Amino acid sequence: MSKNINVALIGNPNTGKTSVFNQLTGLKQKVGNYPGITVEKKEGICKLPRGVKAHILDLPGTYSLNTTSLDESLVVELLLNKNDKDYPDVAVVISDVENLKRNLLLFTQIKDLKIPTILVINMADRMSRKGISLDVEAMEKKLNTKIALVSTRKNTGIEKIKELIADYKSISSKPILDPTRISPEYFERLKTTFPQEDLYKLWLVITQDVNFMPIEKKRIQDATDFSTKSKDELKKLQHKETVLRYQLINNILKETYKVDFMVAKGLRASLDKILTHKVFGYLIFFAILLLIFQAIFEWSSYPMDFIDEQFAMAAEWIKNTLPPGVFTDLLAEGIVAGIGGIVIFIPQIAFLFLFISLLEESGYMSRVVFLMDRLMRPFGLSGKSVVPLISGNACAIPAIMATRTIENWKERLITILVTPFTTCSARLPVYLILIALVIPEGSILGLSYQALTLMLLYLIGFGTALLSAMVLNKILKIKSRSVFMVEMPTYRLPLLKNVAYTVIEKTKSFVLGAGKIILAISIVLWFLGSNGYSDDFQDADRIVTERIENEGLSTYSKNYVKNNIEAYRQSSEAKGLPPNALQDSVQVLTAELSQRAVAQEIASYKLEHSYIGQAGKAFEPLVKPLGYDWKIGIAVLTSFAAREVFVGTLATIYSVGSDEEETIKNRMAAELGEDGKPLFNLASGISLMLFYAFAMQCMSTLAIVKRETNSWKWPMIQLGFMSAFAYIVALIAYQILI
Amino acid sequence: MATVADLRYGQKGIIKDFTEHILPIKLMELGCLPGNSVELLQIAPLNDPIYINLSGSHLAIRRSLAALIELDIIEETQAK
Repeated sequence: MSKNINVALIGNPNTGKTSVFNQLTGLKQKVGNYPGITVEKKEGICKLPRGVKAHILDLPGTYSLNTTSLDESLVVELLLNKNDKDYPDVAVVISDVENLKRNLLLFTQIKDLKIPTILVINMADRMSRKGISLDVEAMEKKLNTKIALVSTRKNTGIEKIKELIADYKSISSKPILDPTRISPEYFERLKTTFPQEDLYKLWLVITQDVNFMPIEKKRIQDATDFSTKSKDELKKLQHKETVLRYQLINNILKETYKVDFMVAKGLRASLDKILTHKVFGYLIFFAILLLIFQAIFEWSSYPMDFIDEQFAMAAEWIKNTLPPGVFTDLLAEGIVAGIGGIVIFIPQIAFLFLFISLLEESGYMSRVVFLMDRLMRPFGLSGKSVVPLISGNACAIPAIMATRTIENWKERLITILVTPFTTCSARLPVYLILIALVIPEGSILGLSYQALTLMLLYLIGFGTALLSAMVLNKILKIKSRSVFMVEMPTYRLPLLKNVAYTVIEKTKSFVLGAGKIILAISIVLWFLGSNGYSDDFQDADRIVTERIENEGLSTYSKNYVKNNIEAYRQSSEAKGLPPNALQDSVQVLTAELSQRAVAQEIASYKLEHSYIGQAGKAFEPLVKPLGYDWKIGIAVLTSFAAREVFVGTLATIYSVGSDEEETIKNRMAAELGEDGKPLFNLASGISLMLFYAFAMQCMSTLAIVKRETNSWKWPMIQLGFMSAFAYIVALIAYQILI
Repeated sequence: MATVADLRYGQKGIIKDFTEHILPIKLMELGCLPGNSVELLQIAPLNDPIYINLSGSHLAIRRSLAALIELDIIEETQAK
C-alpha cells in the first residue's frame, strides 16, 4: 500500500479548525503531547476517495507565522523542517468567511513556503445572513489554489475537502509574495550569501525565535550579520511584509468578496451589551459560576459515591473470593483502591470540561476574560487565569488542566503553581469534622461561627493563591513575549460533537497521563501501611488476641458492642419480637460484634506498627509543636496521598471501623492528650485546618502538574514550599492559641 | 495626538501611525495598519481593557497597548 498523505490543518483560532478536524477524522483521532513540550498534538486518520488514506495533523491555532508562543513556534518549526515525519504533503488552511481577509494573511505565508495549499472557507452558512457574496472561481485563480466552501455546522463541504486532499498533486505550490519586495537590498544580499536556500524560509529563520535545526540557524549567524541586524530594523521589515501582504489580499478581495453592510448587523453587538455590561455582565458570570460549582460539587457527588461503592465492593469481593495472601491484599487494597482513586475524579473532570468547552465553543469565554482581566492584573495574572483559579475551588486537577488556554507560559505556570491553594472539595470533609469538633456553636449577627469559619477557610485559600501569584510574578524570571490580546469571536451555538470530544479527550488524558503516577504512589502507600518490620507487626494477631483474652476489649470497643446491642434490642422490642427469640439473636449479634471489634483492634495495632505508623511515631517530635500526637501525625502523612483520607485513617487508627462521620467525630472528641485535656481543642483544631489549607497533600495534583509542566521540578517545588509554609503557619497558630 | 485609548463608546477612528518597534507584530497582522479603521465597542467594567473592532477583527486589548496606536478620530457625521 502506498504511504498515507500527510495533511496539516492550519488556521487562525476561532475558525472552526477543530470542527473540521473532528469531521474529517471522526473518532479515529489521537491526542497527545509533542515530545518534550506540553503543546497538544492532535492527529487522526481520514479515508479519502479511491481508497487513499490521509494522516491529518491538527496544528495549534495561529494568526501568522510570526510566532509569539510555544504553540505558534511549533507550527513554524514543522513547516520548515522537511525531515520531520509529520511534514505535510499538503497544507489545509482553514478560514472563517467573516474574517477572510485576516485569515488570508496566514494563507499567503503558508503558500510562500512552497507547500501545496488548499483553502477551506468555513462557516459558509453564515454568508447570506452576513450579506457576504463570494466569487470562488475567481478567487481560486487569483490565489492559485483550490477552495472548499464548508459549513461544519450544516455538515457541508467536507467531502470536497477530502477530494481536494486526494488530488493534492494537482495543487500549485507557487508562492504568492516575492520576498525581495520587502527589501530589495537586504534580500539581494541574502541571495548572494545563500544561493542554495529559499529566501522566504531564510527570512523566517532569521526573524523567528524558534529552535530550528541548529546547523541552519548557526550557519546564518556565522556567515553574516543578517540576524544581528538590529531588532527594530528587522521589525520594520516585518511590518513592511505585512503591509505588502495585505495589499495583495485587498486587491484580490476587492474583486471577489463583497459584504453588504446593510444586512450585516449581527447578534454580537446586542449580546455583548448585556454580557459585558458593568452590572449584568458580572451577575451573569457569577450565576454561571454557581452552576458550575453546583455541578462539580453536588451533581458529581452522585457518580463519585457510586464509583466509591463499586470499588469498595470490588475490593471486598476480591478479598472474599481469592485465597488470602499478599497478592490478594495487593490487588484488593493496593491496585483496586489505587485505580478507584483515579476513576473517582472522572465525574468532576468531565463536568468541568463540559462547562468549559460549552463556554469556549459559544464564544462566551473571551467575554469572561474581558470582564475579569483588570481584577487579575494586580496579581500578575490576566483574565485568562480566572476560570482555572475558580475551578480550583472544586478540584485542582481539572483546574490545572484548564490552564492550557493561557498562551503566556509565565502566567500559565503561575496559575498552575498557585491553584492548589484554593479550597478543593477534598479539604471539605476534613474541615467539616474539625469545625464540628473545635468551633463552638453559637452565632454572631445570625451567622454561625462554624459557617463563618468555613467561609474564612475558603477566603484564606483563594487569597493565598492570589498573593502567591503576586510574589511568583516578582520572583520568576521568565521572558514572555506575548501581549494581552483576546479575540472576541461571534457567538455561536456550541456543537455538541465538539463538546463531547473535549470531555472525552480531557478525561482520557487525565486517566492515562496522571493515572500511572497515582496508581504507583497508591501501591507504595498501601505497602507502607500494611507492612512492618517489627515483631509487633508480624505478630499483631497474636498480641492483640492475647491482650483481649487477658484484659478484655478496650473500653471503646466494649461501648461499641454495648451500644449496638442496646440499639438492636430497642428496635426489636419495638417490632414485638418474642423475648427468647430476641435472646438468641442478641447472642449471635454479640459474638459477631465482638469479632468485628477484635478485627478493628488488630487493624489499628497493625497500622500503628506498620512502616507508616513507625514513621508517624518518628515524626511525633516534629508535629508535637503543632499540637498533634502520633496518631494525627499518621493521618497527616497518609493525607499526602489525598486529603480526604484523613478521616478514614483516623477511623482505622482509633479502630472505629465505621465511616459514619458522627461516630468518628465522637471518638475524636473523646481522645485525650497527655495532659488529660481533649486532644482536639481550638488550638490544635485550627492548626490542623490551616495545615490542610496550605499543604500540598494530593498526589493526583502533583501528577498532573508534572504532566502539564513536563518536569518534576515544579511539582517538587510545590510540594516542598507549600508543605513548609503549611507547617510554619500551623505552628504559629497553635503556639499563639494554646 | 489622539490614540485608540482616547476613543469613546461607539466612536471610530482611522489609524495614522504607531511606534512600530513597540507594537507587537501580531496586532498589525490582525489589521492594525495605517489607514484601517478602529471602532470602540465596549469598555470593561473597571475601565480596562477595551473591546474594539479593528477593521473587522473584534479584539480586547489593554489600554496601555491601545495608547500606542495613533489615530484620527472621525467626527460623527450623522447623529442617530
